[in-house]
Amino acid sequence: MRRLGLLALRRLLQSLPVLAIILVGLFLLLQLAPGDTVDALMAQMGGGSAEDAARLRQAYGLDAGVAVQLGRYLLRLVTFDLGQSAIYGKPVAQVIGERLVVTALFMSCALAFAFSAGLVLGVLAARRVNGWPDTIISTLGLIFYAIPSFWLGLMLIVLFSVKLAWLPPGGFESIGAGYHGLARVLDIATHLVLPTVALALIYLAIYLRLMRASMLEVLNLDFVRTARAKGLPEGKVLWRHVLRNALLPMVTFVGLQFSTMLGGSVVIESVFSLPGLGRLAYESVVQRDLNTLLGIVLVSALLVILVNFVVDLLYAKLDPRIGVGQS
Amino acid sequence: MIRSRALRAYLRSPAGMIGLLLLLLVVAAALSADWLFPRDPLSLAGRPLQWPGQNPRLPLGTDNLGRDIAAFLFHGAQVSLLIGVVASAVAVGIGVMIGAIAGFYGGWVDDLLMRVTEAFQTVPNFILLLVLVAVFGSELPVITVAIGLVGWTAPCRLVRAEFLSLRNREFVLAARGLGMRDARLILGEVLPNALPPVIVYASVVMAVAILMESALAFLGLSDPNIASWGNMIGAGRSVLRTEWYVSAIPGLAILVTVLAFSLVGQGLNDALNPRMQAV
Repeated sequence: MRRLGLLALRRLLQSLPVLAIILVGLFLLLQLAPGDTVDALMAQMGGGSAEDAARLRQAYGLDAGVAVQLGRYLLRLVTFDLGQSAIYGKPVAQVIGERLVVTALFMSCALAFAFSAGLVLGVLAARRVNGWPDTIISTLGLIFYAIPSFWLGLMLIVLFSVKLAWLPPGGFESIGAGYHGLARVLDIATHLVLPTVALALIYLAIYLRLMRASMLEVLNLDFVRTARAKGLPEGKVLWRHVLRNALLPMVTFVGLQFSTMLGGSVVIESVFSLPGLGRLAYESVVQRDLNTLLGIVLVSALLVILVNFVVDLLYAKLDPRIGVGQS
Repeated sequence: MIRSRALRAYLRSPAGMIGLLLLLLVVAAALSADWLFPRDPLSLAGRPLQWPGQNPRLPLGTDNLGRDIAAFLFHGAQVSLLIGVVASAVAVGIGVMIGAIAGFYGGWVDDLLMRVTEAFQTVPNFILLLVLVAVFGSELPVITVAIGLVGWTAPCRLVRAEFLSLRNREFVLAARGLGMRDARLILGEVLPNALPPVIVYASVVMAVAILMESALAFLGLSDPNIASWGNMIGAGRSVLRTEWYVSAIPGLAILVTVLAFSLVGQGLNDALNPRMQAV
C-alpha cells in the first residue's frame, strides 16, 4: 500500500511541469490570436475612440507587459477562475461543470465497451490463430479502424433510428418525459447506445489487435507450458495465467488512448447532439468564444492526467514488479 | 540487395498488396479528376437529390445542393491525398527533428523535450486542432499545417527510442572517434538506421490526418471552398432521413482511402521489420 502511495505522489508531481507547459503554450497562442478582448468589446459596442480603448485596456490589465499578463493569467487559473463565457454569459467554470457529467458518462461507456469487446475478440482470435475466427476478427478489426466515427454515427442513425426505429437518434434523455429512478437510467442508456458504438469502434479495433498480439506472446512463455504440463484445464490456464499478463499492455493503452478518445467525442457529441464537453468545444469555435474553448482545453488536459494517473495505479496493482524506482 | 529483399517481402504480404491496389485506385481517381470531371465539383450539376442510377449522366446522383456526387468524389480524392501527404510530412518532420535531438543528447535536453511532447499528448489532438482553427482561421494551408502540428508526438517518440538505442552503438562511437560533428552524426549515421519504423508509422499518420480533416470538414470548420469528402457528409446530414446516400457515398470513399493507408502500413511493417508482428 505504501508502495502505491509513493508511486501516486511521484506521478502527480511529474504531471505538474506538463500542465505548466500547456498553460504557457495556451497563453502564447492567445497572444498570437488577432485582436484582444477590448477589440471584441469595442466591436460589440459599435466602435469607440482610441482613448476609450486605452482606458478599457488598462481596466482589463491588457496594458501590462506580456510577462506580467502571463503571471496574472496563471494566478487566475490556479484559483480555477476560467473567466467569463461570451456566449452563455456565465463563468466558464460553471458552463463546463454543467457539461462534464454527460461527457464523463459517455467516455466511461465508450471506454468500457471498447475495452471489454476488444478483450473478448482478441482472446477469441488468439485462441485459434490463423483459423477462420481469427481471419474474420482480424479483418473486421482492420475495417473498424478505417471507418470515420462520425459517418458510422450517421449510418447507425439511419439504420436503427430511422428505418428500424429501435433507438433514439440523439439527445441525452427524453426531455419532458419526467422519468425518475430506474426508468430515467434506462432512458439515458438507450440514448447512449448509438454514440457509444460510433465512438468506440476504432478503439475496439486497436484493443483487439493489441490483445491478440499480447496473448500470442504470453501463450509462448515457459510458465504457460508449465501450467499446461501440470495438467491444468485450458480454461484455467487462459484465465488464471495468460489473461492477467496479457492485460498489461492493454491497460497502458487505455491511458495513452484516452486523450484521443476525448478528442473524438467532439464530433460524436455533435452528431448525436449530446450536451457534453465536446459539443461545447464545437459551439465555442463556431461562436468564437475563446475563453470557453481554452477552459475546455484545460479541463480535458486535467481529465487526461487523472485517467493516466488511475491507469498507472491499476498497472502497479496488476504488476507487483513495478516499483517506485522505475519509470 | 536489402531493398530488393524488402520489396519481395512486401510483394508477398497480402495486406500490403490489397492496400497498394486500393491506394492506386484512389491515386488514379485523384489524377483523372480534372480530366473526367473538368467542371468545378462545387457547382450546380443538375436537379438536387437525384438518387444514384436515376440519371445516366450523373451515375452517383446529386446531393441536396445539386452537386455531382461522382465529380465530388474524384476531386475529393485530390484533397484527401494532398492533406494526407503534406500534413504527415509536417508531423513526421517535426517528430523526427525533436525525437532525434532528444534521443541523441539525452540528459536535460531530453527531459525538457519529452515534457513538451507529453504536453502535446495530454491535450486531446482534435481539441487542440479546434483551438488552432479558432485562432488562425480555416484556409486549406492553415488546416493542413495544423493537422501536422497536432500529430507529431507519436513519430517523435519512435525516433527518440531508436536514437536512444543506437547512439552508443559501435559504428556511432567509431564515427565520433573520427571527429565527426554532431549534425553529421545525427543525419548521416544514426537517422538512416532509425528511419524504418518511422516510415511504417508514416502511413498511420496519413490515415489519421485524412480522418481528422474529414471530421473537421464534416463539422463545417474546414475550408468551405474545397471539395472535401467530410464536407459532403456534413451537407447530407440535413436530408439523412430520406436521402441517406448523400452522406453514405463519400463516407465509403474515406473508408477505402484510410483502409488503403493502414494496409500499406501493415505491408511495409512485414517488409521492413520482419521480426515485429503487426500490432
